Amino acid sequence: MKSRIPVVLLACGSFNPITNMHLRLFEVARDHLHQTGTYQVIGGIISPVSDNYKKKDLAAAHHRVAMVRLALQTSDWIRVDPWESEQAQWTETVKVLRHHHSELLRYLPQEEGRGQGRAVSPAPAAVPELKLLCGADILKTFQTPNLWKDEHIQEIVEKFGLVCVGRAGHDLKGYISDSPILQRCQHNILLVREPVQNDISATYIRRALGHGQSVKYLLPDAVIAYIKDHNLYSTGSSWKGSSAPNSEGETS
Amino acid sequence: MQKTSSLEPMGLGPDNPGGARVCHSDQRRQGPGMESPQKTEVVLLACGSFNPVTNMHLRLFELAKDHMNATGKYRVIKGIISPVGDAYKKKGLISAHHRVIMAQLATQTSSWVEVDTWESLQKEWVETAKVLRHHQEKLEARGCEQQDSPVLERPGRKRKWAEQRSELNQKKTLEPQRKDVPEVKLLCGADLLESFGVPNLWKREDIANIVGDYGLVCVTRAGNDAQRFIYESDVLWRHQANIHLVNEWITNDISSTKIRRALRRSQSIRYLVPDLVQEYIEKHNLYSAESEERNVGVILAPLQRNTAATNSRTTTA
Repeated sequence: MKSRIPVVLLACGSFNPITNMHLRLFEVARDHLHQTGTYQVIGGIISPVSDNYKKKDLAAAHHRVAMVRLALQTSDWIRVDPWESEQAQWTETVKVLRHHHSELLRYLPQEEGRGQGRAVSPAPAAVPELKLLCGADILKTFQTPNLWKDEHIQEIVEKFGLVCVGRAGHDLKGYISDSPILQRCQHNILLVREPVQNDISATYIRRALGHGQSVKYLLPDAVIAYIKDHNLYSTGSSWKGSSAPNSEGETS
Repeated sequence: MQKTSSLEPMGLGPDNPGGARVCHSDQRRQGPGMESPQKTEVVLLACGSFNPVTNMHLRLFELAKDHMNATGKYRVIKGIISPVGDAYKKKGLISAHHRVIMAQLATQTSSWVEVDTWESLQKEWVETAKVLRHHQEKLEARGCEQQDSPVLERPGRKRKWAEQRSELNQKKTLEPQRKDVPEVKLLCGADLLESFGVPNLWKREDIANIVGDYGLVCVTRAGNDAQRFIYESDVLWRHQANIHLVNEWITNDISSTKIRRALRRSQSIRYLVPDLVQEYIEKHNLYSAESEERNVGVILAPLQRNTAATNSRTTTA
Protein backbone atom coordinates (compact mmCIF):
# COMPACT_ATOMS: atom_id res chain seq x y z
CA MET A 1 0.00 0.00 0.00
CA LYS A 2 1.34 3.36 -0.99
CA SER A 3 2.39 5.36 2.05
CA ARG A 4 0.56 8.57 2.69
CA ILE A 5 2.20 11.95 2.72
CA PRO A 6 2.13 13.39 6.21
CA VAL A 7 0.63 16.86 6.31
CA VAL A 8 0.45 19.63 8.87
CA LEU A 9 -2.21 22.27 8.34
CA LEU A 10 -1.35 25.87 9.23
CA ALA A 11 -3.97 28.57 9.56
CA CYS A 12 -2.99 32.21 9.80
CA GLY A 13 -5.41 34.94 10.72
CA SER A 14 -6.55 37.47 13.28
CA PHE A 15 -8.66 34.98 15.26
CA ASN A 16 -10.33 37.99 16.71
CA PRO A 17 -11.88 35.94 18.28
CA ILE A 18 -11.55 32.33 17.26
CA THR A 19 -14.90 30.78 16.27
CA ASN A 20 -16.42 27.37 15.67
CA MET A 21 -16.06 28.06 11.97
CA HIS A 22 -12.28 28.35 12.24
CA LEU A 23 -12.21 25.06 14.10
CA ARG A 24 -14.47 23.44 11.51
CA LEU A 25 -12.01 24.38 8.75
CA PHE A 26 -9.49 22.06 10.31
CA GLU A 27 -11.92 19.17 10.73
CA VAL A 28 -13.31 19.46 7.23
CA ALA A 29 -9.85 19.82 5.67
CA ARG A 30 -8.53 16.80 7.54
CA ASP A 31 -11.46 14.63 6.47
CA HIS A 32 -10.99 15.68 2.87
CA LEU A 33 -7.26 15.03 2.82
CA HIS A 34 -7.74 11.60 4.33
CA GLN A 35 -10.45 10.81 1.86
CA THR A 36 -8.10 11.43 -1.08
CA GLY A 37 -6.05 8.49 0.12
CA THR A 38 -2.90 10.50 -0.52
CA TYR A 39 -2.42 12.34 2.74
CA GLN A 40 -2.28 11.72 6.44
CA VAL A 41 -2.87 14.82 8.53
CA ILE A 42 -0.58 14.62 11.52
CA GLY A 43 -1.19 18.01 13.07
CA GLY A 44 -2.76 21.44 12.89
CA ILE A 45 -1.37 24.83 13.87
CA ILE A 46 -3.26 28.04 14.52
CA SER A 47 -1.02 31.10 14.21
CA PRO A 48 -2.70 34.33 15.32
CA VAL A 49 -1.34 37.47 13.65
CA SER A 50 0.69 39.96 15.66
CA ASP A 51 -0.72 43.26 16.88
CA ASN A 52 1.43 45.07 14.32
CA TYR A 53 -0.99 44.01 11.67
CA LYS A 54 -2.98 46.99 12.90
CA LYS A 55 -6.37 45.77 11.89
CA LYS A 56 -9.35 47.62 13.33
CA ASP A 57 -10.63 46.35 16.68
CA LEU A 58 -7.86 43.81 16.98
CA ALA A 59 -7.72 42.57 20.55
CA ALA A 60 -4.24 42.27 22.06
CA ALA A 61 -2.26 39.29 20.80
CA HIS A 62 -1.88 37.67 24.18
CA HIS A 63 -5.67 37.61 24.54
CA ARG A 64 -6.17 36.17 21.08
CA VAL A 65 -3.58 33.51 21.73
CA ALA A 66 -5.14 32.68 25.10
CA MET A 67 -8.56 32.33 23.49
CA VAL A 68 -7.26 29.99 20.84
CA ARG A 69 -5.56 27.94 23.51
CA LEU A 70 -8.84 27.64 25.41
CA ALA A 71 -10.67 26.70 22.24
CA LEU A 72 -8.16 23.95 21.52
CA GLN A 73 -8.23 22.45 24.99
CA THR A 74 -10.45 19.66 23.75
CA SER A 75 -8.65 19.07 20.47
CA ASP A 76 -6.13 16.28 20.31
CA TRP A 77 -4.44 17.35 17.09
CA ILE A 78 -4.55 21.13 16.71
CA ARG A 79 -2.35 23.51 18.71
CA VAL A 80 -1.77 27.23 18.91
CA ASP A 81 1.64 28.67 18.10
CA PRO A 82 2.37 32.18 19.36
CA TRP A 83 5.59 32.67 17.35
CA GLU A 84 4.04 34.95 14.74
CA SER A 85 2.13 36.96 17.36
CA GLU A 86 5.36 37.58 19.26
CA GLN A 87 7.31 39.03 16.36
CA ALA A 88 8.13 42.73 16.61
CA GLN A 89 7.19 43.31 12.99
CA TRP A 90 4.25 42.01 11.08
CA THR A 91 5.26 38.80 9.33
CA GLU A 92 4.23 37.88 5.81
CA THR A 93 2.37 34.62 5.57
CA VAL A 94 5.08 33.01 3.48
CA LYS A 95 7.59 33.69 6.24
CA VAL A 96 5.31 32.08 8.80
CA LEU A 97 5.13 29.05 6.57
CA ARG A 98 8.90 28.97 6.21
CA HIS A 99 9.37 29.23 9.95
CA HIS A 100 7.01 26.40 10.80
CA HIS A 101 8.33 24.23 8.02
CA SER A 102 11.87 24.50 9.33
CA GLU A 103 10.57 23.73 12.81
CA LEU A 104 8.91 20.62 11.46
CA LEU A 105 12.14 19.49 9.84
CA ARG A 106 14.04 20.17 13.03
CA TYR A 107 11.80 17.95 15.10
CA LEU A 108 11.39 15.19 12.58
CA PRO A 109 11.27 11.85 14.40
CA GLN A 110 14.24 9.56 13.75
CA GLU A 111 13.74 6.57 11.48
CA GLU A 112 14.14 4.08 14.33
CA GLY A 113 11.38 5.76 16.22
CA ARG A 114 8.82 5.25 13.52
CA GLY A 115 6.12 2.64 13.78
CA GLN A 116 5.37 3.42 17.40
CA GLY A 117 3.14 6.37 16.89
CA ARG A 118 0.08 6.71 14.77
CA ALA A 119 1.97 6.58 11.50
CA VAL A 120 -0.09 5.04 8.79
CA SER A 121 2.69 3.15 7.14
CA PRO A 122 5.90 1.59 8.36
CA ALA A 123 7.87 3.25 5.55
CA PRO A 124 10.83 5.53 6.40
CA ALA A 125 9.87 8.91 7.82
CA ALA A 126 8.57 11.11 5.06
CA VAL A 127 9.08 14.81 5.38
CA PRO A 128 5.78 16.29 6.42
CA GLU A 129 4.29 18.85 4.10
CA LEU A 130 3.11 22.08 5.59
CA LYS A 131 0.02 23.42 3.89
CA LEU A 132 -1.73 26.71 4.33
CA LEU A 133 -5.31 26.15 5.40
CA CYS A 134 -7.67 28.94 4.51
CA GLY A 135 -11.20 29.88 3.67
CA ALA A 136 -12.35 30.84 0.21
CA ASP A 137 -12.18 34.51 1.08
CA ILE A 138 -8.38 34.34 1.31
CA LEU A 139 -8.06 32.79 -2.11
CA LYS A 140 -10.08 35.70 -3.39
CA THR A 141 -7.70 38.22 -1.84
CA PHE A 142 -4.89 36.88 -4.02
CA GLN A 143 -6.55 38.92 -6.75
CA THR A 144 -6.41 42.20 -4.86
CA PRO A 145 -3.64 44.32 -6.35
CA ASN A 146 -0.64 44.93 -4.09
CA LEU A 147 -2.04 42.82 -1.32
CA TRP A 148 0.26 39.88 -1.89
CA LYS A 149 3.64 39.81 -3.55
CA ASP A 150 3.49 37.64 -6.63
CA GLU A 151 6.59 35.73 -5.65
CA HIS A 152 5.01 34.99 -2.29
CA ILE A 153 1.86 33.61 -3.82
CA GLN A 154 4.05 31.49 -6.01
CA GLU A 155 6.09 30.17 -3.13
CA ILE A 156 3.04 29.53 -0.97
CA VAL A 157 1.31 27.52 -3.65
CA GLU A 158 4.32 25.85 -5.25
CA LYS A 159 6.50 25.04 -2.30
CA PHE A 160 3.90 24.51 0.39
CA GLY A 161 0.43 24.13 -0.99
CA LEU A 162 -3.02 25.42 -0.21
CA VAL A 163 -6.02 23.73 1.33
CA CYS A 164 -8.94 25.98 0.67
CA VAL A 165 -12.36 25.39 2.18
CA GLY A 166 -15.31 26.63 0.18
CA ARG A 167 -17.60 29.30 1.50
CA ALA A 168 -20.94 30.55 0.23
CA GLY A 169 -20.67 33.19 -2.44
CA HIS A 170 -17.18 32.25 -3.48
CA ASP A 171 -16.34 30.59 -6.74
CA LEU A 172 -13.12 28.81 -5.89
CA LYS A 173 -12.49 27.41 -9.34
CA GLY A 174 -13.11 30.86 -10.78
CA TYR A 175 -10.51 32.45 -8.53
CA ILE A 176 -7.97 29.91 -9.68
CA SER A 177 -8.66 30.31 -13.35
CA ASP A 178 -8.48 34.09 -12.92
CA SER A 179 -4.89 33.91 -11.74
CA PRO A 180 -2.08 32.53 -13.92
CA ILE A 181 0.05 31.70 -10.89
CA LEU A 182 -2.71 29.77 -9.22
CA GLN A 183 -3.65 28.06 -12.42
CA ARG A 184 -0.13 26.84 -12.95
CA CYS A 185 -0.03 25.27 -9.51
CA GLN A 186 -3.55 23.93 -9.45
CA HIS A 187 -2.42 20.48 -8.44
CA ASN A 188 -1.13 21.94 -5.21
CA ILE A 189 -4.38 23.64 -4.37
CA LEU A 190 -6.86 21.36 -2.70
CA LEU A 191 -10.41 22.62 -2.82
CA VAL A 192 -12.61 21.36 -0.05
CA ARG A 193 -16.33 21.55 -0.08
CA GLU A 194 -17.99 22.25 3.24
CA PRO A 195 -21.47 20.74 3.01
CA VAL A 196 -22.61 22.34 6.22
CA GLN A 197 -22.79 26.02 5.50
CA ASN A 198 -21.48 27.84 8.46
CA ASP A 199 -20.88 31.55 8.07
CA ILE A 200 -19.88 32.36 11.60
CA SER A 201 -17.59 35.32 11.12
CA ALA A 202 -15.59 36.86 13.94
CA THR A 203 -16.95 40.23 12.80
CA TYR A 204 -20.48 39.05 13.43
CA ILE A 205 -19.50 37.79 16.85
CA ARG A 206 -17.82 41.06 17.82
CA ARG A 207 -20.87 42.97 16.69
CA ALA A 208 -23.22 40.72 18.64
CA LEU A 209 -21.08 41.09 21.74
CA GLY A 210 -21.10 44.84 21.27
CA HIS A 211 -24.90 44.72 21.20
CA GLY A 212 -25.06 42.57 24.30
CA GLN A 213 -26.45 39.64 22.34
CA SER A 214 -25.71 36.00 22.93
CA VAL A 215 -22.94 34.28 20.98
CA LYS A 216 -23.34 30.95 22.70
CA TYR A 217 -22.84 27.91 20.44
CA LEU A 218 -20.93 30.01 17.88
CA LEU A 219 -17.67 29.63 19.69
CA PRO A 220 -16.54 27.47 22.61
CA ASP A 221 -17.98 28.33 26.05
CA ALA A 222 -14.47 28.71 27.49
CA VAL A 223 -13.72 31.44 24.95
CA ILE A 224 -16.97 33.26 25.72
CA ALA A 225 -16.13 33.17 29.42
CA TYR A 226 -12.67 34.58 28.71
CA ILE A 227 -14.13 37.39 26.62
CA LYS A 228 -16.52 38.31 29.43
CA ASP A 229 -13.84 38.05 32.12
CA HIS A 230 -11.52 40.36 30.24
CA ASN A 231 -14.25 42.62 28.90
CA LEU A 232 -13.16 42.20 25.30
CA TYR A 233 -15.28 43.41 22.38
CA SER A 234 -17.72 45.15 24.68
CA THR A 235 -17.93 48.43 22.82
CA GLY A 236 -19.98 48.17 19.64
CA SER A 237 -17.51 47.61 16.87
CA SER A 238 -20.41 47.42 14.44
CA TRP A 239 -19.76 49.64 11.48
CA LYS A 240 -16.76 51.68 12.41
CA GLY A 241 -15.32 50.57 9.11
CA SER A 242 -15.01 47.39 7.12
CA SER A 243 -12.14 45.10 7.86
CA ALA A 244 -10.29 46.30 4.77
CA PRO A 245 -6.90 44.67 4.90
CA ASN A 246 -3.97 47.07 4.87
CA SER A 247 -1.54 44.43 3.70
CA GLU A 248 -2.02 40.74 3.16
CA GLY A 249 -5.53 39.62 3.70
CA GLU A 250 -6.43 36.94 6.13
CA THR A 251 -9.50 35.42 7.65
CA SER A 252 -11.68 37.81 9.61
CA MET B 1 -56.69 36.94 21.26
CA GLN B 2 -53.81 39.33 21.70
CA LYS B 3 -52.14 38.52 24.95
CA THR B 4 -50.55 41.92 25.29
CA SER B 5 -53.78 43.91 25.02
CA SER B 6 -53.41 45.41 28.46
CA LEU B 7 -49.84 46.38 27.80
CA GLU B 8 -50.33 48.68 24.85
CA PRO B 9 -48.00 51.62 25.05
CA MET B 10 -49.83 54.90 25.25
CA GLY B 11 -50.11 56.61 21.90
CA LEU B 12 -48.17 54.00 19.96
CA GLY B 13 -49.33 51.11 17.83
CA PRO B 14 -49.55 47.68 19.42
CA ASP B 15 -46.74 46.40 17.29
CA ASN B 16 -44.02 48.87 18.01
CA PRO B 17 -41.28 46.77 19.46
CA GLY B 18 -38.77 49.59 19.32
CA GLY B 19 -41.06 52.00 21.06
CA ALA B 20 -40.74 53.61 24.45
CA ARG B 21 -41.21 51.71 27.66
CA VAL B 22 -44.73 50.37 27.82
CA CYS B 23 -47.15 52.02 30.20
CA HIS B 24 -49.23 49.65 32.20
CA SER B 25 -52.55 51.09 33.23
CA ASP B 26 -52.61 48.70 36.17
CA GLN B 27 -49.15 49.58 37.32
CA ARG B 28 -50.21 51.65 40.29
CA ARG B 29 -52.20 48.70 41.59
CA GLN B 30 -49.22 46.43 41.83
CA GLY B 31 -47.68 46.12 45.25
CA PRO B 32 -43.99 45.66 45.96
CA GLY B 33 -42.50 42.25 45.37
CA MET B 34 -44.59 41.56 42.26
CA GLU B 35 -43.01 40.53 38.98
CA SER B 36 -42.29 43.44 36.67
CA PRO B 37 -45.80 44.15 35.35
CA GLN B 38 -44.77 45.66 32.08
CA LYS B 39 -43.39 42.51 30.59
CA THR B 40 -45.05 39.26 29.70
CA GLU B 41 -43.03 36.30 30.79
CA VAL B 42 -42.41 33.83 28.02
CA VAL B 43 -41.40 30.20 27.87
CA LEU B 44 -40.00 29.09 24.52
CA LEU B 45 -40.94 25.53 23.62
CA ALA B 46 -39.20 23.73 20.78
CA CYS B 47 -40.70 20.51 19.49
CA GLY B 48 -38.88 18.29 17.05
CA SER B 49 -36.98 15.10 16.45
CA PHE B 50 -33.64 16.37 17.75
CA ASN B 51 -32.09 13.48 15.92
CA PRO B 52 -29.54 14.58 17.04
CA VAL B 53 -29.69 17.99 18.70
CA THR B 54 -27.22 20.39 17.07
CA ASN B 55 -25.62 23.78 17.73
CA MET B 56 -28.18 25.24 15.36
CA HIS B 57 -31.08 24.11 17.55
CA LEU B 58 -29.38 25.68 20.52
CA ARG B 59 -28.77 28.90 18.60
CA LEU B 60 -32.49 29.22 17.87
CA PHE B 61 -33.11 29.61 21.58
CA GLU B 62 -30.42 32.26 22.00
CA LEU B 63 -31.58 34.28 18.99
CA ALA B 64 -35.24 34.05 19.99
CA LYS B 65 -34.56 35.06 23.56
CA ASP B 66 -32.50 38.09 22.57
CA HIS B 67 -35.17 39.14 20.09
CA MET B 68 -38.14 38.76 22.42
CA ASN B 69 -36.36 40.50 25.29
CA ALA B 70 -35.32 43.35 23.01
CA THR B 71 -38.94 44.16 22.14
CA GLY B 72 -39.35 45.44 25.68
CA LYS B 73 -42.67 43.59 25.93
CA TYR B 74 -41.42 40.16 26.89
CA ARG B 75 -39.05 38.50 29.28
CA VAL B 76 -38.00 35.02 28.31
CA ILE B 77 -37.67 33.00 31.48
CA LYS B 78 -37.21 29.47 30.20
CA GLY B 79 -36.53 27.37 27.14
CA ILE B 80 -37.78 23.83 26.75
CA ILE B 81 -36.58 21.18 24.33
CA SER B 82 -39.29 18.57 23.87
CA PRO B 83 -38.06 15.67 21.76
CA VAL B 84 -40.80 13.84 19.87
CA GLY B 85 -41.79 10.32 20.86
CA ASP B 86 -40.75 7.24 18.88
CA ALA B 87 -44.34 6.82 17.72
CA TYR B 88 -43.76 9.73 15.33
CA LYS B 89 -42.23 7.13 13.01
CA LYS B 90 -39.95 9.43 11.07
CA LYS B 91 -37.33 7.78 8.88
CA GLY B 92 -34.04 7.41 10.69
CA LEU B 93 -35.48 8.35 14.09
CA ILE B 94 -33.47 6.63 16.80
CA SER B 95 -34.87 5.84 20.22
CA ALA B 96 -36.19 8.71 22.33
CA HIS B 97 -34.04 7.51 25.21
CA HIS B 98 -30.85 8.52 23.38
CA ARG B 99 -32.29 11.68 21.89
CA VAL B 100 -33.36 12.89 25.31
CA ILE B 101 -29.96 12.20 26.82
CA MET B 102 -28.19 14.02 24.01
CA ALA B 103 -30.46 17.03 24.47
CA GLN B 104 -29.72 16.96 28.19
CA LEU B 105 -25.98 16.83 27.54
CA ALA B 106 -26.35 19.67 25.07
CA THR B 107 -28.12 21.90 27.58
CA GLN B 108 -25.85 21.13 30.50
CA THR B 109 -24.09 24.46 30.19
CA SER B 110 -27.26 26.45 29.61
CA SER B 111 -28.65 28.48 32.45
CA TRP B 112 -32.16 28.63 31.05
CA VAL B 113 -32.81 25.90 28.47
CA GLU B 114 -33.84 22.48 29.69
CA VAL B 115 -35.23 19.21 28.35
CA ASP B 116 -38.74 17.93 29.00
CA THR B 117 -39.47 14.25 28.52
CA TRP B 118 -43.27 14.25 28.79
CA GLU B 119 -43.87 14.17 25.04
CA SER B 120 -41.21 11.54 24.40
CA LEU B 121 -42.71 9.24 27.02
CA GLN B 122 -46.20 9.11 25.50
CA LYS B 123 -47.05 5.85 23.77
CA GLU B 124 -48.91 7.54 20.94
CA TRP B 125 -47.67 10.51 18.97
CA VAL B 126 -48.85 13.80 20.49
CA GLU B 127 -49.88 16.77 18.38
CA THR B 128 -47.78 19.87 18.91
CA ALA B 129 -50.82 21.85 19.99
CA LYS B 130 -51.34 19.33 22.79
CA VAL B 131 -47.73 19.63 23.90
CA LEU B 132 -48.13 23.39 24.06
CA ARG B 133 -51.33 22.98 26.04
CA HIS B 134 -49.65 20.54 28.42
CA HIS B 135 -46.89 22.99 29.22
CA GLN B 136 -49.21 25.99 29.46
CA GLU B 137 -51.44 24.11 31.89
CA LYS B 138 -48.41 23.14 33.96
CA LEU B 139 -47.48 26.80 34.25
CA GLU B 140 -51.02 27.79 35.15
CA ALA B 141 -51.22 25.12 37.81
CA ARG B 142 -48.02 26.45 39.31
CA GLY B 143 -49.45 29.96 39.13
CA CYS B 144 -52.55 28.75 41.02
CA GLU B 145 -50.42 27.25 43.78
CA GLN B 146 -48.76 30.59 44.30
CA GLN B 147 -52.14 32.30 44.31
CA ASP B 148 -53.49 30.11 47.08
CA SER B 149 -50.62 30.83 49.45
CA PRO B 150 -51.71 32.07 52.90
CA VAL B 151 -50.98 35.69 52.00
CA LEU B 152 -54.65 36.56 52.53
CA GLU B 153 -54.46 35.82 56.24
CA ARG B 154 -51.72 38.30 56.97
CA PRO B 155 -52.63 41.74 58.25
CA GLY B 156 -51.54 45.11 57.03
CA ARG B 157 -49.96 45.80 53.73
CA LYS B 158 -50.07 42.26 52.44
CA ARG B 159 -53.81 41.96 52.90
CA LYS B 160 -54.33 45.16 50.99
CA TRP B 161 -52.16 43.77 48.26
CA ALA B 162 -54.15 40.54 48.21
CA GLU B 163 -57.40 42.48 47.99
CA GLN B 164 -56.06 44.42 45.07
CA ARG B 165 -55.07 41.19 43.41
CA SER B 166 -58.53 39.68 43.82
CA GLU B 167 -60.01 42.80 42.24
CA LEU B 168 -57.59 42.36 39.39
CA ASN B 169 -58.58 38.74 38.99
CA GLN B 170 -62.26 39.55 38.86
CA LYS B 171 -61.56 41.96 36.06
CA LYS B 172 -59.57 39.31 34.29
CA THR B 173 -62.00 36.41 34.44
CA LEU B 174 -63.04 37.18 30.90
CA GLU B 175 -59.48 36.84 29.59
CA PRO B 176 -58.21 33.36 28.79
CA GLN B 177 -54.98 33.86 30.75
CA ARG B 178 -53.77 35.88 33.69
CA LYS B 179 -50.98 38.32 32.99
CA ASP B 180 -48.80 36.85 35.69
CA VAL B 181 -48.71 33.36 34.23
CA PRO B 182 -45.92 32.99 31.69
CA GLU B 183 -46.96 32.33 28.11
CA VAL B 184 -45.71 29.34 26.24
CA LYS B 185 -44.72 30.02 22.66
CA LEU B 186 -43.64 27.60 19.99
CA LEU B 187 -40.05 28.18 18.89
CA CYS B 188 -39.25 27.03 15.41
CA GLY B 189 -37.44 27.58 12.15
CA ALA B 190 -39.00 28.64 8.90
CA ASP B 191 -39.28 25.03 7.82
CA LEU B 192 -41.89 24.37 10.49
CA LEU B 193 -43.84 27.47 9.55
CA GLU B 194 -43.92 26.38 5.94
CA SER B 195 -44.81 22.83 6.89
CA PHE B 196 -48.21 24.21 7.85
CA GLY B 197 -48.86 24.03 4.12
CA VAL B 198 -48.15 20.30 3.78
CA PRO B 199 -51.46 18.47 3.34
CA ASN B 200 -52.55 16.37 6.30
CA LEU B 201 -49.48 17.18 8.34
CA TRP B 202 -51.34 19.56 10.60
CA LYS B 203 -54.99 19.86 11.55
CA ARG B 204 -56.41 23.23 10.57
CA GLU B 205 -57.76 23.76 14.04
CA ASP B 206 -54.35 23.00 15.54
CA ILE B 207 -52.65 25.65 13.43
CA ALA B 208 -55.27 28.18 14.52
CA ASN B 209 -54.82 27.03 18.10
CA ILE B 210 -51.06 27.32 18.00
CA VAL B 211 -50.86 30.80 16.49
CA GLY B 212 -54.05 32.06 18.11
CA ASP B 213 -53.75 30.93 21.71
CA TYR B 214 -50.01 30.49 22.08
CA GLY B 215 -47.88 32.18 19.47
CA LEU B 216 -44.94 31.36 17.26
CA VAL B 217 -41.38 32.56 17.48
CA CYS B 218 -39.88 31.71 14.13
CA VAL B 219 -36.16 32.09 13.49
CA THR B 220 -35.31 32.42 9.84
CA ARG B 221 -32.76 33.68 7.37
CA ALA B 222 -35.36 34.22 4.72
CA GLY B 223 -37.58 36.75 6.44
CA ASN B 224 -39.26 37.81 3.22
CA ASP B 225 -40.28 34.28 2.34
CA ALA B 226 -41.71 33.77 5.80
CA GLN B 227 -43.64 37.03 5.60
CA ARG B 228 -45.02 36.06 2.22
CA PHE B 229 -46.05 32.67 3.57
CA ILE B 230 -47.91 34.37 6.42
CA TYR B 231 -49.54 36.77 4.00
CA GLU B 232 -50.77 33.95 1.80
CA SER B 233 -52.40 32.09 4.67
CA ASP B 234 -55.68 33.38 6.10
CA VAL B 235 -55.24 31.80 9.49
CA LEU B 236 -51.63 32.96 9.88
CA TRP B 237 -52.52 36.42 8.63
CA ARG B 238 -55.28 36.74 11.17
CA HIS B 239 -52.88 36.02 14.02
CA GLN B 240 -49.79 37.67 12.61
CA ALA B 241 -49.31 39.73 15.76
CA ASN B 242 -48.67 36.44 17.49
CA ILE B 243 -46.03 35.35 15.00
CA HIS B 244 -42.65 36.78 15.83
CA LEU B 245 -40.10 36.53 13.04
CA VAL B 246 -36.52 36.54 14.23
CA ASN B 247 -33.75 37.28 11.81
CA GLU B 248 -30.81 34.94 11.61
CA TRP B 249 -28.19 37.00 9.85
CA ILE B 250 -25.59 34.31 9.38
CA THR B 251 -26.11 31.04 7.62
CA ASN B 252 -25.88 28.29 10.13
CA ASP B 253 -27.02 25.28 8.20
CA ILE B 254 -26.31 22.55 10.73
CA SER B 255 -29.18 20.17 10.06
CA SER B 256 -29.50 16.85 11.85
CA THR B 257 -29.74 15.17 8.45
CA LYS B 258 -26.30 16.44 7.51
CA ILE B 259 -24.91 15.39 10.84
CA ARG B 260 -26.18 11.85 10.36
CA ARG B 261 -24.83 11.76 6.82
CA ALA B 262 -21.40 12.92 7.98
CA LEU B 263 -21.39 10.23 10.65
CA ARG B 264 -22.23 7.53 8.11
CA ARG B 265 -19.26 8.73 6.07
CA SER B 266 -16.94 8.78 9.11
CA GLN B 267 -16.61 12.53 8.82
CA SER B 268 -16.09 14.80 11.77
CA ILE B 269 -19.07 16.50 13.41
CA ARG B 270 -16.97 18.41 15.90
CA TYR B 271 -17.99 22.03 16.47
CA LEU B 272 -21.39 21.32 14.86
CA VAL B 273 -22.78 19.74 18.00
CA PRO B 274 -21.68 20.20 21.60
CA ASP B 275 -18.62 18.11 22.49
CA LEU B 276 -20.57 16.00 24.98
CA VAL B 277 -23.11 15.10 22.30
CA GLN B 278 -20.39 14.16 19.83
CA GLU B 279 -18.74 11.94 22.44
CA TYR B 280 -22.04 10.30 23.34
CA ILE B 281 -22.84 9.53 19.71
CA GLU B 282 -19.40 8.06 19.20
CA LYS B 283 -19.50 6.01 22.37
CA HIS B 284 -22.87 4.47 21.53
CA ASN B 285 -22.38 4.36 17.78
CA LEU B 286 -25.85 5.79 17.40
CA TYR B 287 -26.04 6.63 13.72
CA SER B 288 -25.32 4.30 10.85
CA ALA B 289 -26.71 3.11 7.56
CA GLU B 290 -28.90 0.74 9.56
CA SER B 291 -30.32 3.37 11.89
CA GLU B 292 -31.14 5.55 8.87
CA GLU B 293 -33.36 2.73 7.58
CA ARG B 294 -35.62 2.78 10.62
CA ASN B 295 -39.29 3.44 9.81
CA VAL B 296 -38.69 3.10 6.08
CA GLY B 297 -42.04 2.37 4.50
CA VAL B 298 -43.92 3.49 7.58
CA ILE B 299 -46.26 6.44 7.30
CA LEU B 300 -45.46 9.43 9.50
CA ALA B 301 -47.83 9.47 12.48
CA PRO B 302 -49.54 12.82 11.78
CA LEU B 303 -50.11 11.88 8.14
CA GLN B 304 -51.55 8.58 9.23
CA ARG B 305 -53.83 10.13 11.80
CA ASN B 306 -55.03 13.07 9.73
CA THR B 307 -55.53 11.06 6.55
CA ALA B 308 -57.56 8.47 8.47
CA ALA B 309 -59.66 11.25 9.95
CA THR B 310 -60.28 12.74 6.52
CA ASN B 311 -61.18 9.35 5.10
CA SER B 312 -63.64 8.57 7.87
CA ARG B 313 -65.31 11.93 7.36
CA THR B 314 -65.55 11.25 3.65
CA THR B 315 -67.12 7.86 4.08
CA THR B 316 -69.70 9.00 6.61
CA ALA B 317 -70.60 12.08 4.57
